[in-house]
Amino acid sequence: MNRTFLYESHLGLGSKFVNFSGWEMPIHYGSQINEHNSVRNSAGIFDVSHMNIFDFYGVGAKEFMRHVLANDVNKIDDGSALYSVITNNEGGIIDDLIVYKFNNEKFRVVSNCSTFDDVNNFFESNIIKFDCEFHHKPSLGILAIQGPESEIALKNILKLELSNYKSFSFTERNKLFVSRTGYTGEDGFEVIGEPEELQNIWDLCISRSIPPIGLGARDTLRVEAGMNLNGTDMTIKNNPFESNLGWVVDFSDIERDFIAKEKLLEIKNTNKIKLVGVLLNEKGILRSGQKIIKDDFEGEVTSGTFSPYMKKSIGLARIPMDISENANVLIRNKLLNVKILSLPFIRKGKIMI
Amino acid sequence: MNETPSDLKFLDSHEWVKVDDNTVIVGISDHAQNELGEVVFVELPAIGDEFVSGDEAAVVESVKAASEVYTPLSGEVIEVNEALEESPELVNTSPYEDGWFFKLRVSDENLGSVDSLMTAEEYSSMLDGNS
Repeated sequence: MNRTFLYESHLGLGSKFVNFSGWEMPIHYGSQINEHNSVRNSAGIFDVSHMNIFDFYGVGAKEFMRHVLANDVNKIDDGSALYSVITNNEGGIIDDLIVYKFNNEKFRVVSNCSTFDDVNNFFESNIIKFDCEFHHKPSLGILAIQGPESEIALKNILKLELSNYKSFSFTERNKLFVSRTGYTGEDGFEVIGEPEELQNIWDLCISRSIPPIGLGARDTLRVEAGMNLNGTDMTIKNNPFESNLGWVVDFSDIERDFIAKEKLLEIKNTNKIKLVGVLLNEKGILRSGQKIIKDDFEGEVTSGTFSPYMKKSIGLARIPMDISENANVLIRNKLLNVKILSLPFIRKGKIMI
Repeated sequence: MNETPSDLKFLDSHEWVKVDDNTVIVGISDHAQNELGEVVFVELPAIGDEFVSGDEAAVVESVKAASEVYTPLSGEVIEVNEALEESPELVNTSPYEDGWFFKLRVSDENLGSVDSLMTAEEYSSMLDGNS
């Protein structure tokens, strides 16, 4: 099993571990609920070094990105990031990712842990026609410092003024890559660097009582934030339009030719399925796989959990567009009422529903 | 860690029972609550429900997953721990006392199968063998 360079640190902090796609990662350090609420109310630090980093260089790097990503890097400035998906020729989602633009000839992509082979093969097979090369960077680690107090915490530790960096921007200082991005629905940063540098940041955070946060809370935070988990809320069998990600497919430049463009346009015009938020109005817990039923229409919960912040059960569900406002969910042979909601549930500590 | 009380009997599916004449109290072990993580919801049976040993009688849900609680003996539900509705975390903080699930009335005839359950000592050594 793979371990990150912080394994010993996690062990020392009392982490309980989980096998996450072949990585032995912290699930929690005692209380997933407390960890979750720390991120909503103050700040917390995550080791997400299991995620994949790919760097792209070359005069054709921008054209390559414009071809392989559903979103268009043309709309972002140097020093900015963009969320996107990559799809197969049928418009099926291979992965979601964040792309960082240094300049027209240098980009960085951070993608999910579990999809390494598919993403690597995808870049490898598509890059041939472009004047561009790419490198997987397994030696680099990633920390996420998330929560309303993350700016002040990180500013003091890095001795770097961060207030000028708006959401989805990034900078490079002293061998560290710092971006204002995350997966929690709160303000926050992700820091990429060599293990020695990151170990130092981790230790400083812990010594300043910024709690470590496990993958358990990472999951409940992202569900509250209405963010998809690839492999759970979407797979290669799903297109972006039925995955609440239609906004990621950018058709605005009619000259741009990108993978599955025609197919995605066709799907956009015919799609009758949506991914929405569901809130359980009764006692119980929503879980993935439960059926959503209304009249003759049926859908399915893709992620379900107990929301530590709202203290109610919430989830994401893929349902026909014909279902709106409310429906029933089938839990252990009982039909319970759910409210259908647009996402997110929570943004920056505020309940949006 | 909560000490494993010696007057309880255990199932390999991590439920415990406490026998008091013909009343049997059922809960889940400290090990089980620790594996589950923070309990956020418990679905209890209804008073009057009749179960055959091995039936799914309750469900305990942590943030991450749902688990069934099986009844170790055949009998009728005479009381449920209503405190768990408002405070499911009692399963974590007091698995052998305040975090009990339900009470069964068990006939003399069915009570005999208690002997086939594990003692606290046997249960502890089963857990040690797993770790």
